[in-house]
Amino acid sequence: MHRAVVTGIGVICAVGRNLTEFEQALREGRDGRVPMHSPDPNAEPWDLRFTHAAQIHDYVATDHFAPKEADMLDRFAQLAVVASREAVKQSGIEWTPELRETTAIVTGSCIGGQTTEDRGFVEVYKRGRPRPHPMTIPKTMANAGASGISMELGITGPAFTVATACASSAHAIGLASGMVRSGMCDVVIAGGSEATFSPGILMAWESMRVVSPTVCRPFSRDRNGMMLGEGGAIMVIESLEHAEARGAKPLAEIAGVGMSSDAHHVTQPSAEGAARAITRALKDAGIGPEQVGYVNAHGTGTTVNDATETRALHQAFGDHAARLAVSSTKSMHGHTLGAAGAIESAAAILALRNGFLPPTIHYNERDPECDLDYVPNQVRAWDGEYAMSNSFAFGGLNAVLVLRRL
Amino acid sequence: MSPDLTNPEEVSTRVLRIIADNQRKDVSLVTIDSSFEELGIDSMDAVNIVFALENEFNINVPDEEMKNIRSVRDIVEGVQKLVAAGPPTGPEKAAA
Repeated sequence: MHRAVVTGIGVICAVGRNLTEFEQALREGRDGRVPMHSPDPNAEPWDLRFTHAAQIHDYVATDHFAPKEADMLDRFAQLAVVASREAVKQSGIEWTPELRETTAIVTGSCIGGQTTEDRGFVEVYKRGRPRPHPMTIPKTMANAGASGISMELGITGPAFTVATACASSAHAIGLASGMVRSGMCDVVIAGGSEATFSPGILMAWESMRVVSPTVCRPFSRDRNGMMLGEGGAIMVIESLEHAEARGAKPLAEIAGVGMSSDAHHVTQPSAEGAARAITRALKDAGIGPEQVGYVNAHGTGTTVNDATETRALHQAFGDHAARLAVSSTKSMHGHTLGAAGAIESAAAILALRNGFLPPTIHYNERDPECDLDYVPNQVRAWDGEYAMSNSFAFGGLNAVLVLRRL
Repeated sequence: MSPDLTNPEEVSTRVLRIIADNQRKDVSLVTIDSSFEELGIDSMDAVNIVFALENEFNINVPDEEMKNIRSVRDIVEGVQKLVAAGPPTGPEKAAA
C-alpha cells in the first residue's frame, strides 16, 4: 500500500477566492452571506422565503476564461477549473507526457450544470422558444468539471465524476486516495464544485423548507436551517514516494477513508450510518478515536442533521467525543452541496497545518441534543495530528475522511 | 367543482383527503384525531403534505408555522385559519 498525500489545494467560495483568502476567512469567522442575485441577467425574478446565501459575489467568468471558453462551461465547471489551477500551481507538479497520460481526475458534483439546464428549460417551457441552447447538454452534464480540468491541463488519464449529493466530493477524494494507495495512479486530481443559484433550483430548496430565512447557526439551539453556498475545491493527491521523488512537500496525508450507507430514509440521516462511516475511517487510518482532535462536521444547521451528527459522534468516539473540537465551517461558506466535502477537507487541512480551529459562527445557545464543543464563534489555537471531515448526503450516503498532518 | 371554502367542514374534509393521498392510505383511515405516528408521517412527509395544501388552497404556510405542526388537528386548524384569512400576497410571502 502506498500513502496518499495532498500536495496542492485550490479553493474558490464565498469567503475566499483562493486558499490564502479562505484561511483568513476561517480564522476571522467571516460570514459569506450576501443578498442573493442571479448570475444570469435574463433569469426569471424570484420570490423566496430566504433572501441571502453564500454566493461568490465578485466572480466574473471572463476574469478567468477567454469569453469563448467561458461560454462553453457552466459556472460549476468553471469553479472546478479555477480551483484546479491553484491546486496544480501549489503542488509544483511539472507535467511530462507520461504523467499526463497516467494522472487521473475525479470530481464530485451534486447538481452539475443544472443552472444551465434551468435556463434552457425556461426558454422552452415559459418563453415558448422551440428549443434550448445547443450547449445545454454538454454544459449540464455533471462530469463537465472533470472534462474541463482534463482539457485545461492536457491530462489524458482516467477521468470521471461521482454524484452522491452532498457527499459527492468527499466520495471523490476518498476514491482518489484509494486509487493512489492501491498503486493504480501516482497522481489524482480530485475534489468538487457546485453552482446553485438559478430560480428553479432555489425554489426547489425553498420547497423542502431546510434553508434558513435568517443566518446559519449549526449546532445552536436556535438554528433554523442551512445557508446555500457555491464554490469549488480541488486537490492534487499523489503517493508519498511520487511527491518525495520530485521534491514536493506534502501538505497532509489522506490517512483514512470511511464510507457507508444508511439504508434508512431518503432525507432523514441515521446516526448509526454516519457512525459506521466514522468508525471505518478511523480503522482505515489505523488510529484510535482519541487521536483525533478536530472534526469538521457536516453541520448543515438543520434541526435534524446537527442532532443526528452529534449522536453519531458520541457513538463513534465514545468518551473522547467530549474532548473533540467539532465545528461547522458551513456557517461561513454555506452548504456547497457536492463541493462541501472538498472545501471542508481543505479547511481541515489548513487547521492541521497552520494550528487553528475554525469556529462555528452565529452560535448562540447550547442545545441538549448538541452537547459537544463546537468551537463557538472564535477561532482557537490548536496543535493536533489528525482531523476528520464528515459528509452525509441525502439518500443516506456517507463519506468520512481522516487527514493527518505531515 | 367549486367547493365552499367558507365552510370549515369542507376544508377539513379536503385536508384529510390530501393527507390520505400523500400517505397512500385510504381516506377512511385519516381522522382529525389521527396521530402522525399512526399515519406514518415523518418530517419530510409533513413538508410534502403542506406543499400539497398550499397548492390546493392557494395559501402560504410560513416556516415558523410549519415547525408547530405536530398532528392532523394542527394541520386542519392551521389551514382553516389561513383559508379564512384569504389568499397570500407577494410582500407577505417575501416577509415570511
